[in-house]
Amino acid sequence: MDRVNDFAFKIATANGTGSASANGLLMQAIFRMGVPVTGKNVFPSNIQGLPTWYEIRVNKDGYTARTPHFDLMVALNAATYDKDVAEVRSGGWLLFDSSWPLDDRLKRPDVTYLGVPLAEMCNASFKGVRERILMKNIAYVGALAALMNIDEDVIRELLTEKFGRKQALMDSNQTAVDLGYQYAARTFSCPLPIHLEPLDKTKDAILIDGNTASALGCLYAGATVAAWYPITPSTSLMDAFRGFCMKYRQDPETKKNRYAILQAEDELAAVGMVIGAGWAGARAFTSTSGPGISLMNEFIGLAYYGEVPAVIFDVQRAGPSTGMPTRTQQGDLMMAAYASHGDTRHICLYPADPREAFELAAKAFDYAERFQTPVFVLSDLDIGMNDWMVPKLRWDDSYTPDRGKVLTAAQLEQVKSFYRYLDVDGDGIPYRTLPGTHPKGAYFTRGSGHNKFGGYTEDAEEYVEVVDRIDRKIQRATKVLPAPVVRTAPGAKLAILTVGGCHAACGEALDQLAREGIALDYMRVRSFPFGDEVGKFIESHDLTFVVEQNRDAQLRNLLMLETGLSIDKMESVRYYGGFPMSAHHVISGIKARLDKAA
Amino acid sequence: MTYIPKPAVIHPGLQRNDIGLTRRDYEGSMTTLCAGCGHDSITAAIVQAFWEMSIPPHRVAKLSGIGCSSKTPAYFLKEAHGFNGVHGRMPALVTGANAANSELIYIGVSGDGDSLSIGLGQLSHAIRRNVNLLYVLENNGVYGLTKGQFSASADRGSLSKKGEANTMESIDGCLLALTLGATFVARSFSGDKAQLVPILKAGLAHSGFAFVDVISPRVTFNDHEGSTKSYAYTREHNVEIVQADFVPPAAAITATYDAGSARNVMMHDGSWVRLRKVAEDYDPSDRDRAYAYIRERQSHGEIVTGLLHISAESQDMHAQSDTVPSSLVDLPYEQLCPGNNELQKMQARFR
Repeated sequence: MDRVNDFAFKIATANGTGSASANGLLMQAIFRMGVPVTGKNVFPSNIQGLPTWYEIRVNKDGYTARTPHFDLMVALNAATYDKDVAEVRSGGWLLFDSSWPLDDRLKRPDVTYLGVPLAEMCNASFKGVRERILMKNIAYVGALAALMNIDEDVIRELLTEKFGRKQALMDSNQTAVDLGYQYAARTFSCPLPIHLEPLDKTKDAILIDGNTASALGCLYAGATVAAWYPITPSTSLMDAFRGFCMKYRQDPETKKNRYAILQAEDELAAVGMVIGAGWAGARAFTSTSGPGISLMNEFIGLAYYGEVPAVIFDVQRAGPSTGMPTRTQQGDLMMAAYASHGDTRHICLYPADPREAFELAAKAFDYAERFQTPVFVLSDLDIGMNDWMVPKLRWDDSYTPDRGKVLTAAQLEQVKSFYRYLDVDGDGIPYRTLPGTHPKGAYFTRGSGHNKFGGYTEDAEEYVEVVDRIDRKIQRATKVLPAPVVRTAPGAKLAILTVGGCHAACGEALDQLAREGIALDYMRVRSFPFGDEVGKFIESHDLTFVVEQNRDAQLRNLLMLETGLSIDKMESVRYYGGFPMSAHHVISGIKARLDKAA
Repeated sequence: MTYIPKPAVIHPGLQRNDIGLTRRDYEGSMTTLCAGCGHDSITAAIVQAFWEMSIPPHRVAKLSGIGCSSKTPAYFLKEAHGFNGVHGRMPALVTGANAANSELIYIGVSGDGDSLSIGLGQLSHAIRRNVNLLYVLENNGVYGLTKGQFSASADRGSLSKKGEANTMESIDGCLLALTLGATFVARSFSGDKAQLVPILKAGLAHSGFAFVDVISPRVTFNDHEGSTKSYAYTREHNVEIVQADFVPPAAAITATYDAGSARNVMMHDGSWVRLRKVAEDYDPSDRDRAYAYIRERQSHGEIVTGLLHISAESQDMHAQSDTVPSSLVDLPYEQLCPGNNELQKMQARFR
């Protein structure tokens, strides 16, 4: 079986031993050889000592979803030997540190062992405990390079780019690569059947994580105020934004900052600051995860009812409660859609990969200001923190921010009187003013009952008039929110409907099922509230498989609530164990239902 | 109701300030608080302070949380944007607004429940950040809107209207602010406009977080024997230590203070606050001594009022984070977006 440029391997180490840079090096080297590649970092909620894994999938066809089947395991963590050896497919390989005898727990009759004396070689070549430990990682990169035919020159080029002027580091790393490479080359029959051949499929692509891409979206959209409280897996979004701001947001002459990043005392304050800044007229955002959204609920209701723009990034992780902070899930779909007490409904955007995270991050600010309301961007840990291969990002320089209906001083000078919540244009969107603009622009923002003039009210009709208009406003937003991505198969009576990061797994599953003669149409929703086309899509199929990553079928629940369609039209396919979804999960879920029906 | 406008009758004889406005121009809608409420006196002092300083009302943003005190921004400066947020969270809103637009003048109004219970965390961190605003804590030791529960500022041993004793220690806002590094700490009494107005003016001129605790007796639920926030108790136990006179920079500074008995501190906008030492050896620039003095007088059942502490080296949030001098909301988009060329260049690092 041809396994060139189509295989997966996994590296098991302990957290804090420096394997992350070695694994990144492997990913990048494969990418630079022009071969599509994805990496999934499976890490613990811990700083040092707990098990950590890195999974690399090489796929010439560009399938980027996680695969749970590994051809080769690099087993360097004795604490997880049992589990790791079990994950190698029959007929696969296991690379271990042969400085010590092969552990009994690693023995399996159908696996080929590749013993490389990593510790022994590094102890002989390097001085000091730290360097010896770190270089073991680089040595396995060298061994894998020989075994998988990874271009040595590419590795050298990457090391040069990384260490450039730090000659000592460069030398150590190159020595470690060579140690592993030469040992493997002279000991084993290289390359293995699973190996790389150069391709030309990555030249217009980048390797980027969704949090970095989202931060770029915020930078390009012109966000100036960001407030946050550190939480996995969203922290790297704000870290990246800070990095970009330091580079691109300093006044060239005075070196003063054209941004404000506020590390708040908690998520309640973080979203409060964003709402305060949005009210004052800045493009402002916060980045958080599920527990943060739980805390923000009260303020989110204020922004919805007081009609204040705010952008909230929810990089979802496995809940409930603290849950599994370093595992992925789509567990906040329901909470975000109706966050806060009372009747609320929020615009949500669902990127499927880092490129879309970039684009939707930027759009989120337009929607927040145009509709004067909080907008959620829901990604997840897999999109946010893992490196994905995506087409290069582009920015349309003709873009101008949609600041919505904001009256200027000159416009206020013209009007007889200004009332904040009047539906002047009949589109449900009132005019707003920014503090400090003009004496005629003053109004009172409040979360308490108010009438269309902005005055306090407890009058039934006045209250209903305003909340009904807000409902219309949000519903009408569906006309401009990002439309679903649709793919059709001739004559299909069945369909898949999914959201966010399940896209990669669903795309692969569709292809595989088509090869097996099962034709399915496909829709991936990209925004909430859903447009009319979503209900029509479900209605037009005998059965729609709703694929998502949470226990309670939250997307299906939203679809039922929002379209009024029966549960009989939608079969739920779920995986929520904390790993990214695989095509395997989608296919087995669909087949289980089809087999039952047959 | 708060939207009842006051009749716009301007008497030609009304005195005008430097920008030609009368006190009426600094008022808001009719109060809905109980008649005789201390909060209304504070509102009047706020109106007076802004008027005397000739601040254009529309250049002010007034924010509050939830509670009786937090309703009061509706009763002053009708031409200023107001934001009545959620309970205890006004500091976050004003921090964000100030981050976005540093050129407005911010006043935050809060109560003891809003500041010292539900919002204690936000108050503390706004002080730490030294957000540039005048923060007025209208303090009556009681939850008014929910009809009479003790707040965190109620003194231990004080009796509620139903006769129950408060068994917990109180939180003193001024001591808290001093501990957290507040650069301006003052206390006054709603019934003492002569002292309160200059303190409010000094707080407005201060570049940084100006914390003003105003004891504000509430007629309905806490003005009775057994309450330390009643008019009778406060008048009897009030010890004024430092009197603040605010002198606008245009006035001749040398003519307005007497050497020997006065101390001048220059505000960051170039104006001066004149501090009269009523108590011997009292130094408002010394945080630790201010703390000790308040504690010492407290042990005698006395409430110290006046400008308790001011730090001349105040660096507000923007100074600390080195933001551009103009407000962020005024930056043109062209200065914020690096453009597609730069995006293409930077992506080399993602390969």
